[in-house]
Amino acid sequence: MRRSFAPWATPDAKPLIRFENVTKRFGESTAVDHLSLDIFEGEFFCLLGPSGCGKTTLMRMLAGFETPTEGTITLGSQNLAGVPPYRRPVNMMFQSYALFPHMSVEKNIAFGLKQDGMPKDQIADRVGEMLRLVQLEKLARRYPSQLSGGQRQRVALARALAKKPKVLLLDEPLGALDKKLREETQFELMDIQHDLHMTFVVVTHDQEEAMTMADRIAVMDHGRIVQVATPGEIYEQPKTRFIAEFVGDVNIIEGHVQGQENGLWRVKTSSAAVPLTIDDPDEVLHSGQPVAIAVRPEKMVIQRDPPGPGAINVLTGEVWDIGYLGDWTVYRVKLATGEILRVTRANASRFVENPIEWDEQVYVTFAPDAAVILAE
Amino acid sequence: MMNRSLTRRLTAGLVPAVPYLWLGVLFLVPFLIVLKISLSDPAVAQPPYKPVFEWNDIAGFFSALDFENFALLAEDDLYFRATLSSVRIAAVSTLLLLLVGFPIAYGMARAPERYRPLLVAAIILPFWTSFLIRIYAWVAILKPEGLLTQALMGIGLISEPLDILNTETAVYIGIVYAYLPFMVLPLYATLEKMDDTLLEAALDLGSTPWRSFWTITVPLAMPGIIAGSLLCFIPAVGEFVIPDLLGGSETLMIGRQLWSEFFSNRDWPLASAVAILLLIILVVPIVIYRDVEARRVEARP
Repeated sequence: MRRSFAPWATPDAKPLIRFENVTKRFGESTAVDHLSLDIFEGEFFCLLGPSGCGKTTLMRMLAGFETPTEGTITLGSQNLAGVPPYRRPVNMMFQSYALFPHMSVEKNIAFGLKQDGMPKDQIADRVGEMLRLVQLEKLARRYPSQLSGGQRQRVALARALAKKPKVLLLDEPLGALDKKLREETQFELMDIQHDLHMTFVVVTHDQEEAMTMADRIAVMDHGRIVQVATPGEIYEQPKTRFIAEFVGDVNIIEGHVQGQENGLWRVKTSSAAVPLTIDDPDEVLHSGQPVAIAVRPEKMVIQRDPPGPGAINVLTGEVWDIGYLGDWTVYRVKLATGEILRVTRANASRFVENPIEWDEQVYVTFAPDAAVILAE
Repeated sequence: MMNRSLTRRLTAGLVPAVPYLWLGVLFLVPFLIVLKISLSDPAVAQPPYKPVFEWNDIAGFFSALDFENFALLAEDDLYFRATLSSVRIAAVSTLLLLLVGFPIAYGMARAPERYRPLLVAAIILPFWTSFLIRIYAWVAILKPEGLLTQALMGIGLISEPLDILNTETAVYIGIVYAYLPFMVLPLYATLEKMDDTLLEAALDLGSTPWRSFWTITVPLAMPGIIAGSLLCFIPAVGEFVIPDLLGGSETLMIGRQLWSEFFSNRDWPLASAVAILLLIILVVPIVIYRDVEARRVEARP
């Protein structure tokens, strides 16, 4: 079901949220810089980037807490300029949760409904529904100070969902939870979003979180969007070195384009004796151009025995470090040039005879289509 | 080793005793003395009451004590009216203080962080001048030919001199002016701690700024509102200097009554009875405060 959801690929689809050439300046510094972005109805959209990249400012402009210095934001057919936060069909789940400490859980959830003048019995029904959704029925009369971090997060979610907003904004929704709870909650958020057919816009600096949950990710840097794409595209076809390095782990090998043979690029590097062969047909390059080759650690193969004479993309080095993570083992291989490669291997069997050890001479290889060429 | 644990045990026992000792010597003992005087009879003597405590006639001493003075307080409705008027003036003053103090405290809490210590210092600054001088200054401002009249006549707002001095209005002005720091500082302390994202959350959920103020800011500032109100109300009930200097002879307050019994009539026992009455009146709001506070803590541990 989720697979087929791709309104951004349909040319005549109308976006729900549209940022047009939006700029936000705080005094001298520019938080958001001439940014345009479309978000579609029913999307689980992630704004991903390092702290200070402008993602939170972008979200706060959507909520109405900040006004764009330039540009327009439209929601549906409504231009949001001049619309105060309390009149926007948008609700936000705050990073700090911002639960009202003097109100019980049910009062917190009912707060937004009360503002709409909803009749009391309907409020009670809706609050009950929300409590069931986040599985907090038993804690309805507790106060926020009596709840655990995970429970508070659920109350904040229920409160933001109660009014059935057109768009739910989530600011680092899982930031305060521990790892295990974070993973569970990720899937729960996805289920809730799917069941309610709501548009979610999530701000996060955690690439794993974004990859798991989002339909599309917008990677931001210095107030601009660097790439908007599905998690798969972001990971496998990063547009820039910044994205390749920010999302997941990557090995970067620098070199110069030598030429093209049979549709494959040949790149000369100091890391390997023979030029590397890369299958990245979309790139338009010319000979002598400096490029970076990006290869994900899990797409590299580490072996002790020398590969056959016809093998391509062979790098040699010695094992510098071994990290055993349970499901994966991470090898750090030092090349003759001093570069360190990161190679991971899935621990598919419980016992390995004669495993690769520290300081051993090893060969690292990768397939031509495992790598991406990033023009510098 | 032994020595040290002994010292420690001694200290552990002594530290809690310090407040008890302080309150015992400086509050309980004087209170008992006042209570005793209130049960005595006035006398033209030194001290001006009898009986005087003597070890060899304890039974006679106790039998000479009676509730005559309290009966007098109940009979003469002057004291009842003075009490009522004191409570009313204190209550109205507290309300005015809240109205004036809340915006000031709110503004201070919202000011850029680097200016806040300066603003707190500015609120405390008047304490550097004698309280009495500041009240006398108000006499100069409020009197018919005073600064206020001059200023208002100067800009043509009024044509007749203002007749504010020696009225209850002047007392309100004096109390609000003198007690303002006691209202502003506790309010500021609670408002400053308040998390601004709570207001953003309220706005986000559809509450207008005005409604958010009443549903979020005011309830969360309640500890400060209660503390500030009590800090102002309690001393205002027994206030003497301000009504005496600004209120004229018309303004009836229990503090002035106490003063005149003590100094004009030299009736120490009756004055002591008035003092005890004042204490009893003030115990009520303190007990209410404790009760409210206890329930609040119970609800949210």
